[in-house]
Amino acid sequence: MSGANLNIDLHYITRVEGHGNIVVDAKDGKVEKVQWQVPEAPRFFEAMVIGQKWDVVHHITSRICGICSIGHTLASLKATEAAMGIKISEQTLNLRRLAIHAENLQSHVLHIGYLALPDLLGVGSVIPLASSHPEEVKTVVRLHRLANEMSDLVCGRTTHPQRLIPGGFAKLPTEEELTNLKKRLLTAEPDVMAVAKLVKSLAPKLPSFTRETEYVGLTCDNEYAFYDGDLASTDGDREPVKNYLSWTNEYIVPQSTAKYTKRKRESLMVGALARFNLNHKKLTKKAQVLAKDLGLVAPCYNPYMNTVAQLVEVAHSFEDSIRLIDGLLADNSYESRVTSHESRPRQGRGIGAVEVPRGILIHDYTYDSNGICTKANCIIPTNQNHANIQRDMEALVPQIINKPQKEVELMLEMLVRAYDPCISCSTHYLKVEFKK
Amino acid sequence: MTKPKVAFFDFASCEGDQLQIANLEEKLLELLGHVEVVSFREVMKEDEDNYDIAFIEGSCTRESDEARLKKIRANAKIVVAIGACATIGGINSLKNTRPLDQVRKEVYGDKANLFETYAARPIDAVIPVDYKVHGCPIRGDEFLSLCKALLTGQKFTPPNYPVCAECKLAENVCVFEKGMSCVGPVTRAGCGACCVTEGAVCWGCRGILDDPNKNSHKEVLEKYGLTAEEVVNKFNLYFTYQGGSK
Repeated sequence: MSGANLNIDLHYITRVEGHGNIVVDAKDGKVEKVQWQVPEAPRFFEAMVIGQKWDVVHHITSRICGICSIGHTLASLKATEAAMGIKISEQTLNLRRLAIHAENLQSHVLHIGYLALPDLLGVGSVIPLASSHPEEVKTVVRLHRLANEMSDLVCGRTTHPQRLIPGGFAKLPTEEELTNLKKRLLTAEPDVMAVAKLVKSLAPKLPSFTRETEYVGLTCDNEYAFYDGDLASTDGDREPVKNYLSWTNEYIVPQSTAKYTKRKRESLMVGALARFNLNHKKLTKKAQVLAKDLGLVAPCYNPYMNTVAQLVEVAHSFEDSIRLIDGLLADNSYESRVTSHESRPRQGRGIGAVEVPRGILIHDYTYDSNGICTKANCIIPTNQNHANIQRDMEALVPQIINKPQKEVELMLEMLVRAYDPCISCSTHYLKVEFKK
Repeated sequence: MTKPKVAFFDFASCEGDQLQIANLEEKLLELLGHVEVVSFREVMKEDEDNYDIAFIEGSCTRESDEARLKKIRANAKIVVAIGACATIGGINSLKNTRPLDQVRKEVYGDKANLFETYAARPIDAVIPVDYKVHGCPIRGDEFLSLCKALLTGQKFTPPNYPVCAECKLAENVCVFEKGMSCVGPVTRAGCGACCVTEGAVCWGCRGILDDPNKNSHKEVLEKYGLTAEEVVNKFNLYFTYQGGSK
C-alpha cells in the first residue's frame, strides 16, 4: 500500500471507491489530525419508503444492505407488525431466530475468513491464500457455503429474502430440509473448530490496543439476544426499545454522509464484541469454552478482538440452530402450519430492533389508516460505531506514531476491519492517506 | 494469452451484487484462473488504472460521480452494469418520484445542504454500457454466463420475454389467481421466476421488456378486476426510472 505524500483529492476518489477514509496528519512526531471519514453516496431510504404500502416496505428496506438484508427485512417486519398489531406464531418466531443465525454465520464467516484472515497471514487478500493455505481456504469456503445455503433454505434467498413477510413466512422449509440442515451443521462442527484453531494460532498478531468504551446491545433474560430484547449498556442501563432515540442520538458531522451516534459517553460500540461483553453468560456451553480457549474474557476492551467475538458467535449460532431445528421438528404438524397473510392495515407507529452481525439495527415506521408509510427512521449498526472508530484512532495513533508508516497504516486498516463496517470498507476500498 | 484485467466499481447500492459474485465460492476461484482482478485495495492514481473489463454496481446519484464514470468508460474496453441499481436505476430511483429538496430534508434535516444528490439513474444514463446483468440481486450463474461469453469473444444477450414464461415452467400458481398483483407479464425473464417460486410476487427487478405487450397485461389486470392504479405501487418499485421519473 502506498500512501505517503499522496496528492490526491481525497473526497473525489473515495466517494467512488467506497465508503471510508483514514486521514492522519502528523508533523515532527506530533499528531495534528486523525480523521475517520465516510463519504459514501447518501441513499435516502427513509424518504424512499414514504408513500409506500405496509406490505412492501420490508422489500424496499432490505435493499439497504446486501450482506445483512435478512436482518433489515426482520427489523422492518417487526416494526410493521408492531404498528399493525400483527402477532406471530411460536413457529414463525423460531424460524426467524434460525434466519438470524444463518445470516450471522454467513456474515461472520465472510469477515473472519475472507476479510480479516489475510491481514493475519500477511497477504493482501484471500486470493493468494488459495494456493498458500489451500486447506484453510477450503474450510472457510465450505462454512460460508453452508451458511448461505442455510439462509436460502430458511428465507428463500440469502440476499433480499422473499419468504419473510408480515405475519410469518410465504413458504416454509420442509421437515426433510430441516433434518438435512441439522445433519450438515453437525458434520460441519469440525470445520468451525479448524477455523478456531487457526485463529488461535494467529491471535498473537492482533494488536494489544485497549480503550474502554460503552458497549451497547440487545439483551434478554432467557437467551443470547439476537431477535428480541431490551436495549442494554455495559454502563448498567437497560430500557425497552421504544426509548431508542435517547440511546442513539444521531448527529451529523461534515466528514461523513453516515450519521454518527452517542449516548452518555462520547462514543459507543455495537456488534459481536459488545454483545459478548453484555451477554456472554447466555452463550451456549461450547461457545463459552471456545471464548476461554481463544483468550476472550469479558469485559474485553480491545476492538481488534471483535473478530474473535464473531468466531465465538459462530460456535453459538451453530449450536443454537441445532436446538431450534430440534424444537421445530418436534412439532408433528410443522408443515401444515401455514402463516396467514390476511391483515388489515391500521394507523400507528411501530419500532423493530434486531441484532444483526454488526450490531443493533432499529427500524421505526409510522403508517396512516390505509397502511401507507408517512414517516421512517432506520438506525444502522455501522453508524453507531463510526464515532467509536474515530476515538479509537485518536487514542491509538499517538501510541504507534514512531512505528514505520506501513505498519501504522496496517494497524489502522485492521482496526477499521475489526469493526467489520461493511464489505467494501473492509476489503478493497479502504484508503489511508498519510501526511508526515 | 494474457489474462484480461477486470475491475469492480460500486456507486449507490447495497453491494449485494458483488456479494453474489463472492458467493460463487469455488467457481469464483476457477474464474480467477482466467482473469486478473485489479484490486482497489492499493491506493492508485486514477490514470494508473489499467483494466479491460469494468463491472459497475449501483446507480449514479450525484453529479460529481459522473466524472468518475466517464473515466471508467475511457479506461475500459468493456463496461458491464450489474444489478438493478446499475441497469435500470433500481430501488434508488424511488426517491425521484418526490421533490429532492424534501427528500434531503427528511433524512438530513437542516444539514441537508451538506449532502449532494440528484435524481438516481442507471449507469447507461451517464456513459454507454456494453452489457447488463439484471436482477436485484443478480444471479451468480448469469454472471458466470456473461464472463464465459466475454472470455470466448461471444455476445451475451439476456432474454427478452416475460417472467410469466419462466413462471409457467416453474409450475407456479399464477399470483393473480391468489388475489395478489404482479408485474411479471411486462418484466424481462432470466430469473426463473424465483420470487414467485418463494411465495412472493414478481417485483420487476429485471426491468421492463423491450417492447412489452401492454395490452395483454391490461387484459390480465381487467380479467382479475384490477386497475392500473392498484398495481402502480408495484410498478413504482423498480420501474420508476424506466417509467419516466428521471
